Formats: sequence, structure tokens, C-alpha cells
Amino acid sequence: MKILIVDDFSTMRRIIKNLLRDLGFNNTEEADDGNTGLPKLQSGNFDFLVTDWNMPGMTGIDLLRAVRADDKLKTLPVLMVTAEAKKEQIVMAAQEGVNGYIVKPFTAQTLKEKIDKIFERIENA
Amino acid sequence: MESTAINRDLLREKTQALISSLESAETSDEQLESQIDEINALRDNHLFQELGKMTREIHDSIMKFRMDSRITDLAETDIPDAKDRLEYVITMTEKAANTAMAVIEEGSPVAEKLGAEASVLKAQWQKFRKRELSADELRAMGNDVEAFFDESDLMMSKLLSGFTEILMAQDFQDLTGQIIRQVINLVNEIETNLVALVKIQGENQMAESEPQQKKTEETKLEGPQVPGKETSDDVMKGQDDVDDLLASLGF
Repeated sequence: MKILIVDDFSTMRRIIKNLLRDLGFNNTEEADDGNTGLPKLQSGNFDFLVTDWNMPGMTGIDLLRAVRADDKLKTLPVLMVTAEAKKEQIVMAAQEGVNGYIVKPFTAQTLKEKIDKIFERIENA
Repeated sequence: MESTAINRDLLREKTQALISSLESAETSDEQLESQIDEINALRDNHLFQELGKMTREIHDSIMKFRMDSRITDLAETDIPDAKDRLEYVITMTEKAANTAMAVIEEGSPVAEKLGAEASVLKAQWQKFRKRELSADELRAMGNDVEAFFDESDLMMSKLLSGFTEILMAQDFQDLTGQIIRQVINLVNEIETNLVALVKIQGENQMAESEPQQKKTEETKLEGPQVPGKETSDDVMKGQDDVDDLLASLGF
């Protein structure tokens, strides 16, 4: 399982990376926004994407749109982990095809639950 | 300047009249003086017009500045709001520091105790290797080893959960970073407005440095929620609210 973590704050990338490692996901890579993340996704055989929303350059919602518009990537599960908590934003992310949405600050337990739920749904589909 | 420039045709006409008056022997001093005054008046007219124009511009600029509601917003809403946000930054950084220190204070004795018990066992083990242990002592060591295994399991999981707690506490850097960026943007905006205020008497400069309007597009990003702020129904209070909303959308 290869996971890409996209967040402009390196501390947050490190937190998520460590939490994923605790959950047994050791194969992770990092990018600091959509502009650097998208090429990695396109060339790297990733199985999962964890992305922030508010980033300079390409935002998480634009990265999500780009992923869904890319023939090779369009089925990639995407988990958004962001401080944006407005209703219209969550609805927008859902409409653009996000698989899970976590608001910061979050707990290790929440991350585990959402990831489990995403894979459960994919297996049942 | 063109619109208020000196009327050159009129000036030429008056100057030529003055020269011809000068060349004629019959012209009286009074006559010359009155002609010079006429030429002077041309210049004064020009000055008055310029002054009038400047006064009007300054007045317009001041009115425009006064009517720009963004500046009122800055003073009445945004600056107090920024203060609250910065207070929240202090609270979050303090909480993170305290979390880390609490885990360390709790964890250090645990690690020390494990180490101390291990060295007691090590001493017993060395005695055993030297065949210095009696049968009773050997039995006691066996019990100690078992107890140590159980305890080390318990303590290791305590230490590991402490590490996770310290790790999670570092999320303050992302959240406070976002809030501080918002405040930096606000300070920039205030600076722009102050510059506009300084330039207010300058010609045409207002147009270039007009106070920027706050972004109000639909997808404006709000950043981290600050407790006691943004209490509208539009904003999710936490992960549970988000989960409910997503469930209502079929997630």
C-alpha cells in the first residue's frame, strides 16, 4: 500500500506519516501542494491519497478535481484532512468525489476509522 | 495640466501689446503698469485654477476614504478578531507544550523503573551464570523474570501511547501557522490602507492604491475554527458534525 501525503506544513505531513506507520502503512511519500503532488501521483503507482485543502499553488480541492479527471487516477481513494469546516466546503468536496473528510484538529483514532471505512467501502463495492 | 495651462494665445497677444506700447514714446507709465498687471493676472488665474483642482481632488479622496466600508470593517471587526485569533494561537501552543511535558514527566519514571528492574535481573542472571544461585533463589528469579515481562509489556504500550500523544500535539504548528498567515494578510491590508492615506494629497495616486476589497468569493477558505468564533450553522463544530453531514449526503 503506497500512500501520498500532501500538506504545505511539514509538521502535519510528519504527523500523518507517523500515524500511518503506526497503522501499518510504511510506504508513504510527501508533497507540499497539488503542483508537486499531481506529478508524483501520475508517475508513482499510489494506492491512496491524503491531502490538505488550503495550500499555496494548487489547493487540495483542485488536486482532487485533477485526480478525478485523470483516466489513470480517477478511482484513487482520496482522504481530505483539513482545517476547513464550512458546510458548503464539505459538500463541495463530496460532490468532487472525495472518499473521506477529516477536520483538523483530529485524533489518531479518527484517522484510523476513516481509512478503515474507506477500504471497507471499496472492498464491498 | 493641459486643461489649466496658461492661455498662450492670450499671453502672446498681451505681451505683443506691451512691447508695442513700450516702443511707442506716447505710452504713459500708468498704461504700462496696467498692461503688466493684465499679464500677471493671466498667471494668477492659472494658479487659482490649479489650486482649485487640487482642493477638489483632496476633498474627493477624503470622501472616498471615509466611505470605504472596508476601513471601518478593519477597525471594528477584523482587528479585534485578529486579537482573538492570536490569543487562540497562544492557547494552542501552550496546550501543546504542556501535553508534551506531561507525557515526558509521566513517561520518564516508567522508563527509569524498567531500566532499574532490568539491572536487578541482570545481576541475578550473572550470579546464576556463575552458579552462585541456590535453588530457592533460582525459583525467585524465575518469578521476577515473568513479572518483568508482564510489566514491560504494560509499560511499553504506555510509553508508545505517550509518543502518539506527543506526535498529535504537534498539529498546533499547522493550525497556528494558518491563523498567523491570516493575521499577516490583515496587517498587509492595513499597511496598504495607511499608504493610501499618506498618498491622499498626491495627484491620481488614489486610483493606484485604492483600498483592496475583502475577498468574498464563494470558496473563500476560512482556515482553522477558533472557539467562540464563526458560530453560524454553516460551520461544523467538529468531526462528528462532519460525519453527520457526509452521512446525509450518502457517505
